[in-house]
Amino acid sequence: MATIFNEMDGSGSTPRAPYAQVAEWLKTLSRADVDRALKEAEAIFRRQGITFAVYGDDEAAERLIPFDIIPRIFAAAEWRKLSAGIEQRVRALNAFIHDLYHRQEILRAGRIPHEYIIQNEAFVPEMVGVMPARGVYAHIIGIDIVRVAANEFYVLEDNCRTPSGVSYMLEDREAMMYLFPELFAQHRVAPVENYPAMLRQTLESVAPAGCDNDPTVVLLTPGIHNSAFFEHAFLADEMGVELCEGGDLFVDGGYLYMRTTQAPKRVDVVYRRIDDAYLDPLTFRPDSALGVPGIFDVYRAGRVTLVNAPGTGIADDKSIYTYIPEVIEFYTGEKPLLKNVPTWRCSDPKQLAYVLDHLPELVVKEVHGSGGYGMLVGPTSTKKEIEAFRARLKARPKNYIAQPTLALSAVPTFTKSGVAPRHVDLRPFVLSGDKVRITPGGLTRVALKKGSLVVNSSQGGGTKDTWVLED
Amino acid sequence: MQLAIRHETHYDYDTPLAYSAQRLHLWPADFAAQKTVSWSITAPGFDKALAYTDGFGNHVHMITFGDVAGPVSIVAEGMVEVTDVAGVVRGLASSAPDAVFLRQTKPTTATASLRTLAERQFAGRNVLEGLHALMAEVHARVAYEIGATHAHTTAAEAFADGRGVCQDHAHIFIAACRAAGIPARYVTGYLVTGQGASSTAAHAWAEALVPDLGWVGFDPANAKCPTDNYVRVAAGLDAAGVAPIRGSRRGGNTERMRVEVRVEIAQQ
Repeated sequence: MATIFNEMDGSGSTPRAPYAQVAEWLKTLSRADVDRALKEAEAIFRRQGITFAVYGDDEAAERLIPFDIIPRIFAAAEWRKLSAGIEQRVRALNAFIHDLYHRQEILRAGRIPHEYIIQNEAFVPEMVGVMPARGVYAHIIGIDIVRVAANEFYVLEDNCRTPSGVSYMLEDREAMMYLFPELFAQHRVAPVENYPAMLRQTLESVAPAGCDNDPTVVLLTPGIHNSAFFEHAFLADEMGVELCEGGDLFVDGGYLYMRTTQAPKRVDVVYRRIDDAYLDPLTFRPDSALGVPGIFDVYRAGRVTLVNAPGTGIADDKSIYTYIPEVIEFYTGEKPLLKNVPTWRCSDPKQLAYVLDHLPELVVKEVHGSGGYGMLVGPTSTKKEIEAFRARLKARPKNYIAQPTLALSAVPTFTKSGVAPRHVDLRPFVLSGDKVRITPGGLTRVALKKGSLVVNSSQGGGTKDTWVLED
Repeated sequence: MQLAIRHETHYDYDTPLAYSAQRLHLWPADFAAQKTVSWSITAPGFDKALAYTDGFGNHVHMITFGDVAGPVSIVAEGMVEVTDVAGVVRGLASSAPDAVFLRQTKPTTATASLRTLAERQFAGRNVLEGLHALMAEVHARVAYEIGATHAHTTAAEAFADGRGVCQDHAHIFIAACRAAGIPARYVTGYLVTGQGASSTAAHAWAEALVPDLGWVGFDPANAKCPTDNYVRVAAGLDAAGVAPIRGSRRGGNTERMRVEVRVEIAQQ
């Protein structure tokens, strides 16, 4: 593995410019200061009710996501470059989704084998011909980005369905401002706390054409048993919109309504945090009790906007990921500004053979998986784990893709044995409506175990406040 | 030729209905060989129905109603002018790319036996010849038998069993076409079975894409291409996607459904 890029001190002994003052500040902190801050942070999060349900873990159905007080910092110039790449990617993804549900020019041009799209479970044929307000399909995208060197970033995946985690970004910032106001006096940190306002603006901007000046927006949640329920409640509250479950909404006379204590109220925009399959029992899974019967017809007729649109998952499917650089060129006519991680498709016998020969060096992921479940990180796995995974891979090769183990950048982090570098990734949140809005920074996830590259909170990862410094 | 159609669906419930949302694929779409002379739907809530045309060119209605104590009836009826063009479907307002109709859905998933069926019919034949051979083969191998299959029977199951109704014949035909790389779709509609005759279901067949000719209908249940005895209503990837009525309800307890379809030649 290549040397690990430490974002605070680079490869040298003096801190990189954006971290200069934070490095000084760190020296002034005693262990007792840190422990006190962490305790206070935990109290803040508990009060807010920030928890995260971990599937497959009966012991701790809900627990706090660990928070680290050392911020992760980008210089203004670094961020300008990154955000240009992010915007280019997001515009291309929306153009791609539009094309797949209309003329399919990219398939006609032979750039992607059509069976990869047509036979893909994430392709939703019911979306054929659907033109949503402003032509936007994926209004909220969380792009997972990793850094391997000062000027080298890779996109790990594009989350175009219902990306979560933005509440942690907001809460991390609030906690940091409360705990260390002096740091924010020393630095000009670009604000993230206007995210809920930007989200609401975005949602209102994609109200159906017939809707007059004051659109009614709701957030549709699967309910309290969902692992991200806290975030649903938090965002609805921050935006000042109703938090609804399927049973609170109904279709009448061709429009969508919300039950209220007074008369039913017409709904124009639904920020839905439930999966496509559960959205409408008349169109998708007939056994779904979470959705609203007929909501898809109202959407189809242009009388309500669903955010994100159904069928956007086709653009972030791991089997399509390898084609995204071509997708960007096809729709923008430009070279991609952000690189993809080189990826082997295990469905191809030659590529599978390579992967099987190099398992100890590679990261292998399920094509349709998410959240870090069912993946193999070769370099940190035991022989036994690798062999067990090899059997699964051989049994269903089509289910997997493999990537080189990237030397993810590290940021100093408080551990039991003092400050030590830990690997991080970044999920910026990108809003598309009347325009593209990118949160400065995003959610930094940090792998708390020494040497671990798995940052997912379901696998014990933590978070850090992420700063973008203003010029 | 003009065909007169009356398609009645009656529902009975044990207790009053609190709420019902029903999606209807009951309104024929016009194309070169078929023009609607008159058409109407009578159903609760139809006066404020949501009407739209979907990506496959189907005219869809969504009705909602509540607080109904007695039986519910949904009746589609009208007159359609049809020309015999040997099943060729031209001039349909559908924007769906052809490749979409290669998608293997649950009931149209190809298995080894369906792939073999396709390979045998298309080997050494051009597409049109192959489709005719496939239609004849499906008709010969799968006996028409009501009750042997149900709404969710897959093409593979019906083909293995050798029995089914028009839905199963169409699914088998479609699965084999898609396995052979030929776009195919499921079609619902009506067929004149004889003057004064009525049946308990609408009809279903398939359409396949023939190079240089376009979409052509094939009715494997009757081993012939649609003539002016057929009225086409809607098309989709499989039966579930274009069910004449699909709905969701609260209340009512047990539901009993009765369907009556009457198709007659009104004018030669």
